[in-house]
Amino acid sequence: MHDVRMSRGARTLRAVVLALGAVAFLFPFYYMVIGSLQAKPDPTIAGAFPNPANITGENYAQINDRINLFQGLLNSGIFTAGVLIGTMVFGLLVGYALAQLQWRGRGVTFALALLVQVVPFQLLIIPLYVLIARDYGLADNYLGMILPFFINSTAVIIFRQYFLQLPRELFDAARIDGASELKLLWRIAIPLVRPALITVVLLTFIGPWNEFLWPFLVTKETSLQPLAVSLANYISNVASSASNPFGATLAGAVVLAAPVVVLFIVFQRYFISTDIGSGVKG
Amino acid sequence: MTDTLTAPVASRPPGAGKSSGDRHGRKRRPLGRNPLGLLFSAPYLLFVLAIFAYPLIYSVWISFHDFFFAAPGAQVDRPFVGFANFVTAFSDPAVIRSFGNVGIFLLINVPLTVVLSLLLATALNRITHFRGFLRVSYYIPYLTASVAVVAVWLFLFNGNGLVNQILGPLAPKPSWLISEQWAMPTIALFVTWKQLGFYILLYLAALQAVPKELYESAATDGAGGFRSFMSVTVPGVRPATVLVLLVSTVTGANLFTEPYLLTGGGGPNGASASPVLIMYQEGLQQGHPDVAAAIGVVLVIVVLGIAWLQNRFAGGRD
Repeated sequence: MHDVRMSRGARTLRAVVLALGAVAFLFPFYYMVIGSLQAKPDPTIAGAFPNPANITGENYAQINDRINLFQGLLNSGIFTAGVLIGTMVFGLLVGYALAQLQWRGRGVTFALALLVQVVPFQLLIIPLYVLIARDYGLADNYLGMILPFFINSTAVIIFRQYFLQLPRELFDAARIDGASELKLLWRIAIPLVRPALITVVLLTFIGPWNEFLWPFLVTKETSLQPLAVSLANYISNVASSASNPFGATLAGAVVLAAPVVVLFIVFQRYFISTDIGSGVKG
Repeated sequence: MTDTLTAPVASRPPGAGKSSGDRHGRKRRPLGRNPLGLLFSAPYLLFVLAIFAYPLIYSVWISFHDFFFAAPGAQVDRPFVGFANFVTAFSDPAVIRSFGNVGIFLLINVPLTVVLSLLLATALNRITHFRGFLRVSYYIPYLTASVAVVAVWLFLFNGNGLVNQILGPLAPKPSWLISEQWAMPTIALFVTWKQLGFYILLYLAALQAVPKELYESAATDGAGGFRSFMSVTVPGVRPATVLVLLVSTVTGANLFTEPYLLTGGGGPNGASASPVLIMYQEGLQQGHPDVAAAIGVVLVIVVLGIAWLQNRFAGGRD
């Protein structure tokens, strides 16, 4: 590696830059947890360190009183599961068809999948709201939440990329033996791209789980709101009336962030940086 | 280990190796050799048509008509009004201001994003220790819900929050999020921080594709670290830079959650309102979807214009 040629000074500088970066990225998360455990908000510098005299779980109880955390997590889970099912079923089918089958319209379909990624969602919120919430009457409905995210196009492109790498001879041989395309997809293609599936599940998961604008627009019923929406409503409306508004808000934030962070850390060794690059570039 | 899997992108482009026999087959089978492909793709095509294509056209249609919310199923007259909705939208100073705000946002966010993510990716690319740990830590803000991290930033940047405690007398008054000058820059900083991990990964992937020999020959020519960074790395990752510019611009134009929550709906005095926030207020809260659609159409045209300029000046000739 060209590493050897770097001077000691350059290497130190690099280490400092990387360490500063890590602190800047991680500190707010550490602070989120610390803040969520403080009995009284302590914004001083000393407050950034755990203080046994000021630690409590009370904030979690308080936020749970105002917004039902379990219901919020459940709603986020249903919203996310719907998108995952749509993407894993229909996304895999398209990805396979784009990579391994020859059919009329394949080029157009691939071009559409690329184009969809640059369509700005802001232009769509008004017509989608009119169509889904008004015309189809799907406001305050899980289906209405899921619909605009049902099949993740980035996932489609990643699936295609991975299926393209599989040798076509493998499939041709099985076809001669009379296997159906669905069987080829299920028995040969999917088992061979398993690491890609994990990447796609993670990528797809964070979309609906973190989404705020759309579910915020279509759910007025609090019992149906995903956690991101109910926490946001808490921040913008009720936080001021709580005894420790920061503590309670941060406790909610920890609950919202934890599943994604844990999932990512557990599966990060399967997570391949290039996937995202190729997903966006196509 | 994973980085060796560099961009298998165009390894076998669709339609490559099409023989004349293929064309023959197409005559007999109008849907291609495996018409099943169309069946497999039908749900996705339907989805794209219903969720993207149709609403896109509908949005433009709404912006040119007198459109209001009516009871489902009710037959109402929606006359064509030409550019009236656009005139209404852009005679509102708040709308003009929101476009200016996004301009400020982009001027801070986009250059900062490009410089920091390339810098961190380059540094990260050459180390062997802690690589996995650092990659995860840089990526975590991107993975986390805006709503969750907004809560911490509110705590950090409020009047007597930690940031001001550290700055002491240097802290701006009024504080960051309630100051007309600082509200938008603080939001821009927040979004840069939150999205940076994604762009670092893009650059990391692009750096794998820069031939190592170029660095070696630059070193032979006596180029130091900085010189070889400027003359090998920067041109080598140019396609990624164009992509980073495009994605960060589109993300910036989509700004909604941050001004809605960090500055209590675009405050103070509309100094941090974004066009999407105004679209929400105008279209859904005040019931003028036609005016909101007009704002959306203009916003997209502006973004396309910026993207075209970026591509022209940063994209090079290729």
